[in-house]
Order: sequence, then C-alpha cells, then structure tokens
Amino acid sequence: MKLFEFQAKELFSTVGIPVERHVLCDSISSLVAAYKERSNPQAVIKAQVKTGGRGKAGGIRSVKSLEEVESFGKSIFSLSIKGFPVKSVLLSDLVSIQQEIYLSLTIDRNKKSVLLIASSSGGVDIEDLAKNNPAAIVKQPIDILVGVPDFLARNIAAQLTDGPQQAKQISAIIQSLYSLLMETDASLLEINPLVVTTTGEVIALDGKVVLDDNALYRHPQYAKYRLEETLTGLEQEARDRKLSYVQLEGDIGCMVNGAGLAMTTMDLIKLYGGLPANFLDIGGSSSPEKVIDAMRILLSDKKIKAILINIFGGITRCDDVAKGLIEALSVVKTELPIVIRLTGTNEKEAVELLTNAGMTVFQSMNEATQEVVRKAYQNKQLNEKL
Amino acid sequence: MSILINKETRVIVQGITGRDGGFHTQKMVAYGTKVVGGVSPGKGGLSIEGVPVFNSVKEAFLVTEANTSVIFVPARFAADAIMEAADAGIKLIVCITEGIPTLDVIRAYRYVQLKGSKLLGPNCPGLMTPGESLVGILPANIFKEGRIGVVSRSGTLTYEVVYLLSQQGMGQSTAVGIGGDPVSGIYFLDTLEAFERDSGTDAVVLIGEIGGDAEENAADFIKEKMTKPVVAFIAGRTAPKGKQMGHAGAIVGSGEGTADDKIAYLERAGVSVAKQPSEIPELLRSRLRS
Repeated sequence: MKLFEFQAKELFSTVGIPVERHVLCDSISSLVAAYKERSNPQAVIKAQVKTGGRGKAGGIRSVKSLEEVESFGKSIFSLSIKGFPVKSVLLSDLVSIQQEIYLSLTIDRNKKSVLLIASSSGGVDIEDLAKNNPAAIVKQPIDILVGVPDFLARNIAAQLTDGPQQAKQISAIIQSLYSLLMETDASLLEINPLVVTTTGEVIALDGKVVLDDNALYRHPQYAKYRLEETLTGLEQEARDRKLSYVQLEGDIGCMVNGAGLAMTTMDLIKLYGGLPANFLDIGGSSSPEKVIDAMRILLSDKKIKAILINIFGGITRCDDVAKGLIEALSVVKTELPIVIRLTGTNEKEAVELLTNAGMTVFQSMNEATQEVVRKAYQNKQLNEKL
Repeated sequence: MSILINKETRVIVQGITGRDGGFHTQKMVAYGTKVVGGVSPGKGGLSIEGVPVFNSVKEAFLVTEANTSVIFVPARFAADAIMEAADAGIKLIVCITEGIPTLDVIRAYRYVQLKGSKLLGPNCPGLMTPGESLVGILPANIFKEGRIGVVSRSGTLTYEVVYLLSQQGMGQSTAVGIGGDPVSGIYFLDTLEAFERDSGTDAVVLIGEIGGDAEENAADFIKEKMTKPVVAFIAGRTAPKGKQMGHAGAIVGSGEGTADDKIAYLERAGVSVAKQPSEIPELLRSRLRS
C-alpha cells in the first residue's frame, strides 16, 4: 500500500525525522484559509498524488501572494496527474536548499535483506541517477539481526555531506528511518530529497512510503490509509470479496485459478489478437460462490465482449469445478459469449458435464483463447453495426 | 536421481492439525512420501492419517529423525515455525503459507542461514520428485517420472506445464515451486545449479514472471555455468506497470521487471523462450536433439 507524501511525513515525524512546516488542505477554500494564517507570504503548494513527476505536471508551485494561491491553487486542484486526480494539497514553507540528498530503505529481493540506498546527489529519480551516475549511489545491505549500528550510520552519513554537524543529523535520521521500517513493516521508505538548508538544517522535503499489506493486521492504525487507496470501484469490490483482480483496458474478460496462469491467459489473449479486460485469480477452490462473485465483477465491467474461464484442476478436480461453474452460471445470467477451458484431474468427466449443460468447452488453452477472441470480435462487429 | 528430495526424505508437517495441513498430509502419505511426524503445539500425542503428532519440532526431530519439514501454519505464525524448524536441525524447510510479512521472511531466512538449513518458499506449492516423494501441495497425478527438471515461481502455471510435458511423454526428475513472494529462500540459481549437477536431469524448464530480476540472474548463470539446455516461459507480458498481479512479488517496478525485458535477456543468454506454454515440449525436444 502506497502512501501520500503527507502520510509519509506523518510517519517520519513519529520517529523525529524533521519535515518542513506544512498544512494539508482538501479544497481551494481551506487552502486560502491556511494561507491567510501564515506570517510568511512565501510558500509552496504541492499536489498530493501517489505518483512521481508532480513537478513537471504543474503540481508543485511556489507562491508569494493570496492572488497566486487562488489562481495556482485552482489550477492544481483541477489537475489529474498520470490519471490520479488531485484531491488534496500541502501548503508548505518554502525551504532554501543548499544540498539535496537521496535516502531510502527497501527490500533487496536477491540478497534477501533490507537495503539502504543513499546518494549525495538527490532530488532526482533514483532510477535516472542509477543509469546516469551509478558511482554516486551508496548501497548498503542491512543485516536484520543487527540493524544499523552507530558506526555504519556515521560512515554512510559522512559520504553524503561535507558538514560535520549535518552528518551527525543525517546519521541520526538513518537510524530513525530504520526503526520506522521495523515499526511500520514498510517495504519502502524513501526520503527524496533530504535537504540541507542554507541555514544548515536537515529536512525530509518529500517522502514515499509503501507499507506491506501482509503486515497490516499488526497495524490497525493504518487502516485509515487503506480507505484512501486509489482502486477502481471494481477493484475495491473484488478486494472485499477476497478475489485478486486488476482492471485493464481490453474487452475480453477472464477468470482463472492461480496468478501465474491468470497472467499467462492475459498474455495468450493478446497473442491471439485480443485485449484482456482484467486479471482475475479465483484461487484454488471449486466453490460456486467464488465463481458467482467473480462473474458479477466481470459483468459489471461494461467494456467486456466475451469471457474466458480458464481452470487447471490440480488438487481441485475438474468435475467439481465444472459443477461449481454450472451452478454459478445458472445464477448469474449473461448474453455474452462464455468460453470455458478446463484441464487436469478428471477433465473428461468435466467436459461431459459442461457440454451437456450446453457450454462451449475446450481442453487446450490455445484453442479456447482463439475461440474467445473470435467470439468477442464477432460480437463487437455486431454491436458496432447496431 | 533428483534434487532436494528423494525416497529417503523424512518429512514432518508443521500445522498438521489444520485443515490444509491435514488434507495435504493425506495426499503426501498416499503418494508414498515418508511423512514421519506432525507438529501442532498443545496437540502432541494425537495421530493424523496414521502420523504421530508432536508438540514441538525439536521433539518430532528427536523421535523421527526427520530432515525435511513442510509448513502449513497461518501467516502470523509461519515465520516462527520456519525458525523453529531451523533451530531443531531440520535441513530443508518448505513453507507453503502465503501472506507472511516480508520483513518476517527476511528475519526467518537469515536465521535459517545461520543454522545451515535451506528454506523453500514461502508462498510456494512445494516440490516433487515423481515416483519418490511429494512435499507440498502439488497434484501428484499429473506428474510422471522422467528427466526434465522444472523450476517455477507459480503454482497452477507449473501444473499446466507439467501436464503438457507428461502428456508428451516427457517426465520430470524434480519439479520445484519456488514461490511468488518478493523474498523467498531457494531460488532459480540454487535450483539450476542442482539440476546441472544432477545426473538424472537432461534439461530444465524455467517458469518465471514479471517483477524483480531473478530471471536475469538465472540467465547469467545459464550462460556461464550450464551445459544442459534450458527452456523458459515468462508470464505477464500484458501486465500493467505498478500493479500487483496476484503474487506479492509479481509487480513491474519502474525500470525493471517487465516480461519483455526478461525474455530478451534470457534469449541473449541462449535460453529458448516459449511464447505460450504449449510450445515448451517441442522446444525441449529440439534442444535435446541438437
């Protein structure tokens, strides 16, 4: 679960990582009110969206008068940055920057450890920096059984800045960030930039946090962040029904058991000239309820022209799956063509059951995919004619 | 021959009194796996599917001389179960449980490393040496004894591929499901290395997916160290960036992890990459002929 900048800063503050003074505003009127409270006319408005590139998109503006706040504020609130509409902004103090540093803690999948990444040339995208100036990046695996000892924090901080006073502050920030990682079960904590101001302070000016969904049971206090997540309506409904669903642009709906097979099904639809409308993993059970829930979600996506159900019966036998499908499809009725593909344990019995129930069923994934693409396309032509 | 498990493998089941643990114990016993004990704290003395239940892994280990454990306990307790197994002296720990917090996995993995054991998973279907031993939840009936090694990040996709192979008469030496989490124990490299050494394996099928760079690392290893042919399939060419596709580890990050990049990288390393699973048997056949 990704957090907004203001939420990241909330978390940073809990472990004493300094952030600039800021106010969260969710409307132009609250922005104007917050600005009027300020003694210093110079300020910055920052759009709150869970994506990078805000600055380029016009989502960050510095202001020095009420007129500017009103006009820039209005334009920022009307923005949609990479598909994310701006629903709130931060009104922050303007910070005069002497140096920008990059600092993050993340998971290294290969080394199977926590990884600290830092650079004295922060303020830019770390991927760009890795490409253009890899030598400027410090990578330090952190042993989870030890944490970040003082010497390590000190040595890393010394590579990031020249000022001894600032290095001391950064060293403390590194250790605070690590304890925040442990406390929150985050899989990413990023401060970019961590700035040294012209007056020598060290401040986290922007932050990115990704929390581990699997650890949320330990942190009921973060449930509020989940409510603000950017899911489509259908994705939210699928989550409520414990289905793994991602909405895509295409017009062929698919329902599959298993994540790898579900991705493969999407890929095959594309390979045979169609476009998948979704990723949907219904998991391993043959329960009709799961299929009914899944069908309802697929059918609420009005783009869909045809549906492919692709099941590999392993432990769950195909004939059980077939019975579940027949029951589910008698509950959820649709005019859309449905192509079923079932393979695995007891597939013969399953094919017989489904064929007797009047359904098109295939044993080969390729044939089923070709069929669903053909049907979707015919249907589309038909619809276009009508 | 095989890798990681064979007919001598002595298995205990952690979480044997749970629904999944009990169900799959029955399947493993029926297949002929030497399931020598189960663990469920507070339920020692019971017997499940004819398998004696112990209160702790230590106790089970001392009585049964198990060398392998398979874990079905719920996510909240699974990292602890992994560490308990390592502490008791279990050499291969197979964790089926899905949804363990990543930092817990890192801590448990580190502990397993310290104790000199190996971890497979979490969030994996386990592994299988056809005709000898099944440790996990793989559907045994689709497998066939043979000389193809299979290693995969996915469950049902593996079964799909194994099924195709078996239908074409291409049995498997060992099939290993390494799991779909961002951090897992045994991975492509360890498995490929073992298949390369295994005299019972002629060729390997590698099934990868979007996210991370494990396939790229595997490609480097294959290019430098492997003499046996490798055929790969990568799922997720149509997956959008930044969205998690079911598996916690299946997400295309910025600048890394796309299926197309992985495919290109593998092909450059001399791996034959199938466009669809149904091409895998033929690709294997042609690689084995040449």
